[in-house]
Amino acid sequence: MAAVILSFPTLQGLRIFTQGFDNKRIEKVLIANRGEIACRVMRSAKKMGVRSVAVYSDADTHSMHVAMADEAYHIGPAPSQQSYLSMDKVLEVAKKSGSHAVHPGYGFLSENTEFAEACKQEGIIFIGPPSSAIRDMGIKSTSKHIMSAAGVPIIGGYHGEDQSNEKLQAEAVRIGYPVMIKAVRGGGGKGMRIARSDSDFLEQLESARREARKSFNDDVMLIEKFVEDPRHVEVQVFGDMHGNAVYLFERDCSVQRRHQKIIEEAPAPGISPEVRRKLGEAAVRAAKAVNYVGAGTVEFIMDAQHNFYFMEMNTRLQVEHPVSEMITGTDLVEWQLRVAAGERLPLLQEDIMLRGHSFEARIYAEDPNNDFLPGAGPLLHLSTPSPDQHTRIETGVREGDEVSAHYDPMIAKLVVWGEDRSAALKKLRYCLRQYNIVGLNTNIDFLLNLSGHPEFEAGNVSTSFIPQHYADLFPTPKAPSGATICQAALGLILQERNHTLGFTQSSTDPFSPFGSSSGWRNNILFNRNVTLQVGDKKVDVVIMYNQDGSYSMQVGDEVNHVTGEVEMEGGASFLHCTVNGVKSRPKLVILDNTVHLFSTEGSSQVSVPVPKYRAGVGGSGAQGGAVAPMTGTIEKVLVKAGDKVTVGDPLMVMIAMKMEHTIRAPKSGVIKKVLFSEGSQANRHAPLVELVEEEEQAEGSSQ
Amino acid sequence: FQIFFVILLLFIYYFLINSGGGEKARRLHTSRGKLLPRERIDRLLDPGVECIIVANDATVKGGTYYPITVKKHLRAQEIAQQNHLPCIYLVDSGGANLPRQAEVFPDRDHFGRIFYNQARLSSEGISQVKAATGEEVSAEDLGGADLHCKKSGVTDHYALDDNHALHLARKTVRSLNYRKNIEVTIESPESPLYPADELYGIVGDNLKRNFDVREVIARIVDGSKFDEFKAFYGDTLVTGFSRIFGYPVGIIGNNGVLFSESAKKGTHFIELCCQRNIPLVFLQNITGFMVGREYEAGGIAKDGAKMVTAVACASVPKITVIIGGSYGAGNYGMCGRAYSPRFLYMWPNSRISVMGGEQAATVLATITKDQRAREGKEFTAEQEAAMKEPIVRRFEEEGSPYYSSARLWDDGIIDPAETRMVLGLSLSAALNAPTTKTRFGVFRM
Repeated sequence: MAAVILSFPTLQGLRIFTQGFDNKRIEKVLIANRGEIACRVMRSAKKMGVRSVAVYSDADTHSMHVAMADEAYHIGPAPSQQSYLSMDKVLEVAKKSGSHAVHPGYGFLSENTEFAEACKQEGIIFIGPPSSAIRDMGIKSTSKHIMSAAGVPIIGGYHGEDQSNEKLQAEAVRIGYPVMIKAVRGGGGKGMRIARSDSDFLEQLESARREARKSFNDDVMLIEKFVEDPRHVEVQVFGDMHGNAVYLFERDCSVQRRHQKIIEEAPAPGISPEVRRKLGEAAVRAAKAVNYVGAGTVEFIMDAQHNFYFMEMNTRLQVEHPVSEMITGTDLVEWQLRVAAGERLPLLQEDIMLRGHSFEARIYAEDPNNDFLPGAGPLLHLSTPSPDQHTRIETGVREGDEVSAHYDPMIAKLVVWGEDRSAALKKLRYCLRQYNIVGLNTNIDFLLNLSGHPEFEAGNVSTSFIPQHYADLFPTPKAPSGATICQAALGLILQERNHTLGFTQSSTDPFSPFGSSSGWRNNILFNRNVTLQVGDKKVDVVIMYNQDGSYSMQVGDEVNHVTGEVEMEGGASFLHCTVNGVKSRPKLVILDNTVHLFSTEGSSQVSVPVPKYRAGVGGSGAQGGAVAPMTGTIEKVLVKAGDKVTVGDPLMVMIAMKMEHTIRAPKSGVIKKVLFSEGSQANRHAPLVELVEEEEQAEGSSQ
Repeated sequence: FQIFFVILLLFIYYFLINSGGGEKARRLHTSRGKLLPRERIDRLLDPGVECIIVANDATVKGGTYYPITVKKHLRAQEIAQQNHLPCIYLVDSGGANLPRQAEVFPDRDHFGRIFYNQARLSSEGISQVKAATGEEVSAEDLGGADLHCKKSGVTDHYALDDNHALHLARKTVRSLNYRKNIEVTIESPESPLYPADELYGIVGDNLKRNFDVREVIARIVDGSKFDEFKAFYGDTLVTGFSRIFGYPVGIIGNNGVLFSESAKKGTHFIELCCQRNIPLVFLQNITGFMVGREYEAGGIAKDGAKMVTAVACASVPKITVIIGGSYGAGNYGMCGRAYSPRFLYMWPNSRISVMGGEQAATVLATITKDQRAREGKEFTAEQEAAMKEPIVRRFEEEGSPYYSSARLWDDGIIDPAETRMVLGLSLSAALNAPTTKTRFGVFRM
């Protein structure tokens, strides 16, 4: 309560103070961030003729945001505590570079009151709300009180000391069923029950108390309104220093994994104009209640009846702001810069029109099949749909860059706009298929499954969407079809032919038929036996080079007739091929020993197994050997040299990205050597043990 | 349509040859984790340096050297020597065939010649790469890879298996630092304007029916372009310039028996090609030089000798394709095997012998008849027919391209429709050798 009372005079003072500095000059802005948001801010700055200053850590020396900036300053080692979160270093650069303002982006220092204050003291504009607003909104109970006082609906609850059954039940009735009974000391779902009606309240209360006593030795309970399968709806608001505040409609960010958003849209589907207006006005009331300046987001949870309750306010430009820009035709970074310079809001509420529908899909380096485990690594191949007026690719990485384990593993945001929701969704899926990445696991195929789900298409989204539709979203992976294997084999042959062509064309004898790659043999057709690694299986393919330049490929018992060419289009290779009369044109990427095919059906990989004589020289990663899935520390070693293991036996436990990973034996055999000891650091793809297959052993001993 | 049986027979023979020592032997071979010889070659090949590859087929008599094996190996080395091609030996052999030792060991062109040639080739700067891929190293008591790589130093690289050995061989060839120096002009190739499979219809299988060799040329050379030389003089021999896969060639083809004029024209043309360093292609379909009093008087012998001299002395690459008959002195004038063409191929419809079977039988019957007459004995028509029949049959058998090819009188029987490809490959291989200036002998005037 004290914080609330204190904040008002401070805010008033700030307003008077800032109004004295009408229309300050921002000609140079420091972006205290990295990745896509830093690039995003710089683009708008460039457009407005504002010079941009980047800061970077050791890990970002060659990053895109550094290359894009007009100036860039090194601010320390890779860990963010010592670089992007170091206020002193950022401020020092701001002063040294003569920056008029600091744009904090999102994350890092964006909601740090101390930093906002420090900027002010140095006479540098902090592009964001007044520090008091950040502080007030940062404390949940304070923000709820302010909102409640401003007439913003908040979620009902009881946090009182009277723990009698009667009191708690009376509060539950007041709040309205269903309610959640939660242990104050609780966590991880323990000591938490849902009471759906008055009749089962006491039973659930007792049950929760029992569990809480057992788990935390404390049975103090709180009661909260329970919203079933809630939606996460948030409103983009904007305020200026002249007391104006507007809303730019709402976004629906319900679909989440690991409590993080992955797909967002604006406007929220199925919301009536009436509810939309109410949402917007409530959000503006919330902003005005704290004299908000700049871009902010008011988050609500919404129940099935479209009742909404204030959750929190984010005092920054959010990751998903582009969807709001797309439906309103605005540039919120430009607004931020202008408002920070003391200008009035460019548009009044009645000038802001909602047009069409927009989606944003976040492309992450992560493994959806392994509980969305965050990943890191090089983007060996990266091709994207071509950006246009209705398609935005917000990214901070390029092909060849590394997704660093030190920071958020988001690779890009794909933002699309369409006349209506279904048009936008179609566009999103179309573009996702063209977003092809090789080098690390991504959630792209998952996003395709998600955005193609009938319930998603129908707009029936909620925060429990992924667990509810788990089976549909994680279909058992299909083994590549015979046709796909043929495409991969064709891709390899054509690549070989291309290499040959390159070789012969640079030779002294460019037209020699020896360089023709036709597989010509005297009086017989060239039969080539190729073994391909498809998933964990080896598949033999017999390729016959026909006289007419086509191929007959035998996979298992079926013989396929295959023709095709590789065509370049916009820097990417496409395999224009025909398998048994069916034409297709998947995108083709061949890296190291693996063929990656990206088609409208999704992506598939086929590899050429590393020959035995090369397997010893670091190629074991490609064979699915026991390797570190990412850079991390070896926590436990469970085997020693000489141990016999079977497929799936645990070999080591690793800690990486704050998660425990058990590394299991990829094949049965005998441990020849353990390459890492407990406590040591292993790089991504580093072999952890030398594992000799049993048959290899037998072979070796007989010789 | 009989020509299609001729072609079909060719494919059947090649299919059988391709399967080596039979299903059982192959299975035994592959069960040892070894690759079949043709698969070894397939995995060895790339578009880099042109090489001669000699690979033993252990599924045929354990890869041992029969007399014909020795001959074939020496022929391969001869090709390497003439065309300056590095040699790769994929050894998987039990060595000389002991029961036939007398036919493979003692003489000059026997087993020992292989190693003599290796030494000599090496002295000429022609690289020798040897990959032991079979029994030779796996029998540890005779000296395995361990012994020879680590202790004796006999071998240079240690291979774990066939694939590894082939990989090492490729690496070795890469490090030869070999560069092909083309000493002729090359142009961008064009396909012929006429489809190659029309050759089947043009040639037919009846050798007595003549065809215009220009029809063959039109289906072999770049853009079907043929700059004919002396078209109206000595017209039984067709001469002219073309390109095949962009390489310049001088083509000499037969359109009938050779007369004095044809022989002189051929000699003139060969001289031109040698002066210009243009490879020669002989399309051989020849019954011989014209005989008869009138032609002898006209000096056919010395004119024929001119052509034979020119062919023998020409040191530009010569490639011969026997597309029809190859008889008598025509074989010499048109660069038969004895005239050391870099490569010699036969079409499956072709015939090769000193003369036609019927003609030979008649000659022999006449001699017998005369002999009988001198002895005052009778030689009836039945007796004559009975005498001629086996002679005709024998010539028929021995004149077959398969009889020839099995004895290494040629370098292979080719599908007529693939002639362009075979010539292109042969020219490409031949142009590895540096040019040597031709010095002609004395032409009989």
